Order: sequence, then C-alpha cells, then structure tokens
Amino acid sequence: MNEPTRSTHSLPAHPRIPPSSGFRFTPTWTLFYKEVLRFGKVWLQTVAAPLVTTLLYLVVFGHALGGRVSVYPGVSYTAFIVPGLMMMSVLQNAFANSSSSLIQAKVTGNIVFLLLSPLGPSEIFVAMTAASIVRGVVVGFAILILALFYLQLPIIHPLWVLVFTLLGAGGMGALGLIAGLWAEKFDQIAGFQNFLIMPLTFLAGVFYSVRSLPPAWQKISLINPFFYVIDGFRYGFFGLSDVSVWLCLAVSAVFAAVASFLAWRLLRSGYKLRQ
Amino acid sequence: MSPPPAVWVSGLRKAYASHLALAGVDLAIPEGEFFGLLGPNGAGKSTLINILAGMVQRSSGRAEIFGFDVERDYRRSRQMLGVVPQELAYDPFFTVREFLRLQSGYFGLRRNDDWIDELMAELDLTDKANANLRSLSGGMKRRVLIAQALVHRPPVVVLDEPTAGVDVELRQGLWRFMRRYNREGHTVILTTHYLEEAEELCSRIGILQRGRLIALDAKDHLLARFTWRVLTVTFDKDPGPLPETLAGFLSGAGENTLVLRLDQSRHSLSSVLAALQDLPAQILDLHVQEPDLEDAFTDILGNVGIEQP
Repeated sequence: MNEPTRSTHSLPAHPRIPPSSGFRFTPTWTLFYKEVLRFGKVWLQTVAAPLVTTLLYLVVFGHALGGRVSVYPGVSYTAFIVPGLMMMSVLQNAFANSSSSLIQAKVTGNIVFLLLSPLGPSEIFVAMTAASIVRGVVVGFAILILALFYLQLPIIHPLWVLVFTLLGAGGMGALGLIAGLWAEKFDQIAGFQNFLIMPLTFLAGVFYSVRSLPPAWQKISLINPFFYVIDGFRYGFFGLSDVSVWLCLAVSAVFAAVASFLAWRLLRSGYKLRQ
Repeated sequence: MSPPPAVWVSGLRKAYASHLALAGVDLAIPEGEFFGLLGPNGAGKSTLINILAGMVQRSSGRAEIFGFDVERDYRRSRQMLGVVPQELAYDPFFTVREFLRLQSGYFGLRRNDDWIDELMAELDLTDKANANLRSLSGGMKRRVLIAQALVHRPPVVVLDEPTAGVDVELRQGLWRFMRRYNREGHTVILTTHYLEEAEELCSRIGILQRGRLIALDAKDHLLARFTWRVLTVTFDKDPGPLPETLAGFLSGAGENTLVLRLDQSRHSLSSVLAALQDLPAQILDLHVQEPDLEDAFTDILGNVGIEQP
C-alpha cells in the first residue's frame, strides 16, 4: 500500500479563487436571489395568505371595536392596530422564510448543494437574513398599501418605520435560521411558530396599548422583545408610543444582534449541518 | 517542490459517538487519475468523501484538495471539487436551468450559460432545461446531479454511487461521459457497489473496510495477484475419474461437465489439456474464466477475516 508522504508540496496559484477569509458578493447574491425566488414562486402561500389573514384581523377588529376603543388621542382604533398588524406580519413572515427554507432543504436533502458550495457562514447568514427581510417587507408593504385604501394613516417618522422594520425582520430572519438549524422535522418548526412566535407577537401590544393592561401584565409585556419592536414601529406612524422610542431601539437592536450572533455562530460551527 | 496531488489524506480519523468510521486513512490520488474507492456498506467510503467535501468534520488527521486543507481552506478546496451525491436530492422549486445557474453563482460564476448549455447537451438534458426538477425521472435527476457537480469545472470530481438504480443505457452513457472527462485531465474518484463498473473505469483501486484502507494498488496489479483460473470443460459423455494430477483441483462437476480451479503459476494450460484429452470422452467445449475485480475484492476481504455485505 502506498503511504503518502507529508505534505511538502507548494500551493499552486489560483488567482480566481479568493482566500478563505474573504466575503464574496456573487455567491452571497446568488443565495439571496434564490431565497427570494423561492418565496416568490409560492407567493399565494407566502405573500397573499398572510395579507388576507391580516386584512381579516383589520376588518373584524376594526369593525368590532373601532367605535368603542380609543388608545391614543386623535388616532382611531382601526388606524392604531394597522402598524401592529403590519409588524406582526413582518416578524412572522421573516421568521417563516428562513426557517422553512432551511428545514425543507434539510428534510428533502437538497441542503447538500449549499454545503458543497464554497459559501461561508457569514455569506449564508447575510443572504438568508436579507431574503427574510425582503419577504417581511413585501408582506408589510402590501398590508400598508391595502390599509391605505381603507383608512387615513400618517407616517410621521418614516426613518423609524424603516429602522424597526429592518431590526424586527432581521432579528426574526436570524431567529428563523436558528430554528431551522435546530429543527429536524417540520412539526418542530410549527411548534416554534405556534408556541413561541405567535403568542409573543400577539401579546406584544398589536391590538392594545400595554398601558391598558393590569400592572402585572404590563410587567410581563415589558420582557417581551417583540413589544419594543412593535411599539417603536408604531411610533414611526403616530409619533406616540407606550415607552420611549430610544428604549424600543435599544431592545430591538439587542434582540437583532443576539439572534444574529447566535445564528452566525451555529452556522460557523456547522451545527446539525456538518456532522 | 512537487505539485500537490489532487487528493491527499493522511492519518484521517472520524469517530462518532457509537463507532469509528475512519481509523487513520492515508491516501494520495495524483492529478488525472480515475480512482475507484470500494468497500462494503459502512466501510467508511461516504465518510471519507464527505470529509473531502466538507460535509463531515474530521476528528483528526489531514485532508487536502490540490494542497488546500478541506477545513481551513474550505473555499478553495470546494472550488476545486465537484461531488455527485449518492442521494437523489433536488430542489422542487426550480427548473433544471435555474438550478444550474444558482449552483454556478454559489461558486462565483455569474455568466456561465455557455457551459451550462454544453453540459445539458452532453447529458441529454437540453429538452428538460425548463422542466421543474420535481417532474424529472430518476435517471434525469441523476444527470442533473452530475451537471451540478461539473458546473464550476472542478479539476476533481467525486462520483458517489453515480449509477445506483439507473438503467443499462444510461449507465453506459455515464461511463462514456466520465471517461471523456477523465481523458481531458480531470481527476475522477468513483465509489460504487458495481465492481464491474470500477473494473471498467478505474486505473487504481482502494478498498476500505471498517474505516481502514486494506488495499491500495493499480487495478492491474490487484488482478495480477490472483494467478488462478477457472476451467470449465464439457464432454460428450461422463469422462470418468480424473487423473491424480488434476483430481485435487476439481471444484465442481455437473452432467458431463468438470470445473477445475487451477493455479496458473503451477499448471500450464497445455499440460492440463493433455491430461484431459487422455480421458475416455471427447471434449465438446472449454471455458476459461479469469479473475475479475469482484474476485479480488472478495479475496482481500476474506483475507482480512471480515464478513462481506
């Protein structure tokens, strides 16, 4: 049997191939494009369905409570819930995009094509999180456009709207990556969505101001990071919020940063991807 | 300094919680070789390939593709490597052309349509370019897997059981394609359960068993180790008892037929024939069977005292 000698050979020059540490645009763009194309091909499920669900919330809650409840002075209840519903959809869809893409790829085995490629963890993270943000923004924007047919909605601080959209969708895209990496079956993702994401978004002040809650529930709401994302986002529309917009910014940024760091670390370690 | 081999593996180990998949493998595959990696199920073939491809993390040892470490320098090593996976994986969202374009992009190639068209033509996929991957037959999906492995023109290609479950016609077509690819200077590593396939295509063979490389040699050398031949002789009637010189080599008998297992180094065919002609029956037919890779494989596994699959 031939025993190979120690590696004393020189490395050949491969000028077209960058060093391992480099971040490459084309592979990252390709994965981003693929993820966007993926949800675009099933737009009925990924865009139209959440849009219809949100509009149903708007119509039902708006009509049921619209004349009876006033949260902020000068803001109708129906207008009040629109930013909350928008952000709830942004968060849920950003999470769904990265988590469903990963779990489908893992279960069907086509994750192998990503693993065989030279894409690094940072590139995978950036591409998949960016695609999640795009899906969240597409759904959120579609809700806004349709809502504007229905009612008057001010956007007093558009920059805050943009900042909280990016932080919320980015953080949830990263959280979706974590869930997609951790899960081995579709029902685990469904569990993550139904038992964690859905309750946290519903209880984050989408339909009410936390000031209207009993003190104990107010305190519980204040440990929910989604509350700060939604409250800050709503501030962008009305210039009014339950807590300081800067506190919302700080909590939202910490949430997005922690989720992103964890997702990147898991990708870098090959957690449940590379044995 | 010599140029690096296409694949270089030294002291490669992979331990799982329950078992040792690779127990220190040393292997060097020079550029341009058609190398066959054989072994029974669970021998460690897929683990070795998956370590080279970066899908499995090694426990210890070294693995390089053209001098690039598969973990520290994974971008460059993967850029040099194309892998046809064993499983018929596909992404149901995309057409064949979309899929191959996306794979090109992963490898940093934005305008690769000329090569994609050429690959599809070569693999008879042109008619299916705009078909969804989900709608393709198993054979067609297998061709797409080969195309994706070659889409970035890697100098080293690993084919993990590429013809498992494909019909004879497609298998022959894939063999022709792989031979041509190898003739053009690419290194091809083939794992297969079809020993006939390895014998047909590979110039050198490595046999893995329980995570160890128990044989590594040129195919011709492996076969030359086996000097026995099986001689099947059919007579017009019962030839009666064999002469003493041949009786010890009888390995089977049927109606008017004798099967002799002869060692070529000790028995010349002419002396055996002369002895057979002395029997009281006419020889109607003779068939000499040379050892093939399957015999070598069986013999090597048998010699290391290991059960076969």
